[in-house]
Amino acid sequence: MAQTLDQPVAARPPSPTGSRTNRRSPLRRFLVRPEVGALIGALIVIVFFLIEAPTMRGASAISTVLYQSSTIGIMAIGVSLLMIGGEFDLSAGVAVLTSALTASMVAYQLGANVWVGVAVALAVSLGIGAFNGWLLVKTGLPSFLVTLGTFLMLQGINLAVTRLVTGNVATNDISDMSGFNTAKAIFASTVNIGGTQVNVVIFWWLAFVALATWILLRTKVGNWIFSVGGKKESARAVGVPVRGTKIALFMVVGFCAWFSGMHQLFLFNTVQSGGGIGNELVYIVAAVVGGCLLTGGYGSVVGAAIGALIFGVVSQGVVYAGWNPDWFKFFLGAMLLLATLVNMYVRYQANRR
Amino acid sequence: MTNSNGNDTIIEMSDVGKFYGNIRALAGVNLTVRRGEVTCILGDNGAGKSTLIKIVSGLHPHDEGTFTVDGKAVTFDSPREALAAGISTVYQDLALVPLMPVWRNFFLGSELTKGVWPFRRLDVARMRRIAGEELKKMGIELSDIDQPVGTLSGGQMQVVSIARAIHFGARVLILDEPTAALGVKQSGVVLKYIAAARDAGLGVIFITHNPHHAFLVGNHFAVLNLGNMELDAKRADLTLENLTQHMAGGAALDALKHEMRETEAPDLGAVHQAHQVAEKELTTP
Repeated sequence: MAQTLDQPVAARPPSPTGSRTNRRSPLRRFLVRPEVGALIGALIVIVFFLIEAPTMRGASAISTVLYQSSTIGIMAIGVSLLMIGGEFDLSAGVAVLTSALTASMVAYQLGANVWVGVAVALAVSLGIGAFNGWLLVKTGLPSFLVTLGTFLMLQGINLAVTRLVTGNVATNDISDMSGFNTAKAIFASTVNIGGTQVNVVIFWWLAFVALATWILLRTKVGNWIFSVGGKKESARAVGVPVRGTKIALFMVVGFCAWFSGMHQLFLFNTVQSGGGIGNELVYIVAAVVGGCLLTGGYGSVVGAAIGALIFGVVSQGVVYAGWNPDWFKFFLGAMLLLATLVNMYVRYQANRR
Repeated sequence: MTNSNGNDTIIEMSDVGKFYGNIRALAGVNLTVRRGEVTCILGDNGAGKSTLIKIVSGLHPHDEGTFTVDGKAVTFDSPREALAAGISTVYQDLALVPLMPVWRNFFLGSELTKGVWPFRRLDVARMRRIAGEELKKMGIELSDIDQPVGTLSGGQMQVVSIARAIHFGARVLILDEPTAALGVKQSGVVLKYIAAARDAGLGVIFITHNPHHAFLVGNHFAVLNLGNMELDAKRADLTLENLTQHMAGGAALDALKHEMRETEAPDLGAVHQAHQVAEKELTTP
C-alpha cells in the first residue's frame, strides 16, 4: 500500500482500446496460473525419464505411471482444496486405511453384503473429516495440531481395533462375500483399452479433478473456498459461511480417503492395519508442487493433479531406468523445492507491470 | 442538506452498552443516523469506536440499551442480518481478499449465479461486467478486472469496497477509518465519495480520529472516550476548534488538571508525563 500512497486514485490512464476490462496478454495470463510451475516440472521429468528409461515409452508402462499417479491424485484433490481453504490435514494418510479397515471388518463381522461395509466406511470417513473441521472451528487451534492429534489417534485405532476384532494385524479376505464383485468393478477393476490394461481408478481420478475444478472456479462454493483461505475475517464480514466451508472441506478430504480406501480394499481383498503413515506428506507435496500456497487462498486442483503425475512419473521412472529405488525420495524432495521456486519466480515475473 | 425530519431516521441507538467479559467496552451510547447525513464518530484508540461499529454491523450483539432500525428494536447476530437491513460496512481492512480477482471480491458472499442445481454456476460474464461498470461510476478504470485486489492502491481498494456496498443496496454505509492509511490526495478522493454517498441519500457513519476530515463532510459529531459519549453535537453547534479539543481529551483532561492542582503529586511518573504532553498539545495550536 505504501508505495502507491502519493498516486491519485484513478490516475492510470484509460486503456487505449477504451475497454474497461481489457486483459493482460494471453501469455502473461497463462503464466500467472498456479499450475504453470508444475506443468514445466512435469514436462522436464517426463522428457528426462523417456530418454533415460526407454521401457517407459510403452502403453502399459504409461498405464502403470498413470495408475500410480491416480492413487496419490485422488487424495491430492481433497488435500489441495483444503489447502486453498487455508488448512492442512495430517490425518489424511492413515484415514485412508481407517476407511478400508472399517469397510472390511464391518462387512466380515456382520457377514453382510460388502456394500454395507462400504456405506459404513463412508459415514466414518465423513465423520472423521467433520470431527477435524468441527474441532478446528470450535477451538481455533491450528489445523496442524488438530490433525496431528487425529493422525496419532487414528494410527492407534487402526492397529488396536484391528487386533481386537480379528486378533491379527490384517483383516480377513472378503473376496468371496456377496457384493464383492460389483464393488470391485467400481473401485478397482481394469478395463482393456487397445490391448492395455487400464485401472478404472484413473478415470475416477480424472472425473473428480474435472468436477473439483469446476466447483472451485465456477461456483459460489469455490469462491468461498478461496476467500476462507485468503482472508477469513474478510470472508466472514461479507457473509461467507466460513465455519461451514472449512468443515465441508475436511469432509471432502474424508470422501477422498474413503474412495482411496475402497480402492485399496477391493484391489487387495484384505488390509494391513499399519500402513498409510507418511502418505499425508506425499499428498501435501503434490498440492504444493501443483501451485497451492501453503498459507491458503491460492492454488488449483489441476495443479495438484499434475503434482501427483510428477510423483507417478518419478516413482515409476526410477524403476524403469533400473536405478536403486532409494533415489526416489531424493528426487521427490528436489522436485518439491524446484517446483516451488519456479512457481515463485514465474508469478513474480508475470505480476510485474 | 441537514434534514432532521423524523421519517429520515434509519438507525437510533439509546443507552447502548457492551461488555467483553468483565470489561465494559461501551456504555450509554446514543446515536442517530439519518438519510442524507454523515454522522461522524471520533475518538482515540481504544475509545470504543470499533466496538460500536461491530454492534451496528452485526459482528457482536449489544448487551444493554436499545438499538432500533426503522423504528424496530433489533439485535444482530451476524453480519448477514445487518446486511439484510441495508447496513453495509467498509472495514479498516476493507473486507477484501488480496489474492482474489477484483470481480470475485466485488461479489464475494453475494455471487450471481445462473442455471439450476446441481448445475448452478457463477455468472462470470455478468459479474465481470457489473463490477467494471460500478467501478467506472466511481471513477476507477482498471486495466484488468481479473487482477488481484491486493495489487490495487489503497484508495482504489477503498473505492472498490464503497462501490460494492452501494451496489448491494446499502442504506447505511459504515466507513471504519477509511482515511487512516492514506496520503493527503487519496484521503481527498475518499472524502469526495463519502460526500457523494451522502448526497445520494445514504446514511453514512464515518469513523475517524481526524477531526479535520470529519469536519469536511460531517453533519453530526459524536466523540467517544473510554467507552462513553464525550460529545454529541450537530455541526451548527460546533467549531473545528471545539471538536479538536474534545478529541484531545476534552473534559477528562480538564478534570485531571484540576485534580492535579489540588493534591500533592504522589509517585505518578507516567501519569504526570502524559498530562504534561497533553497540556502542551492543547496550548500549541
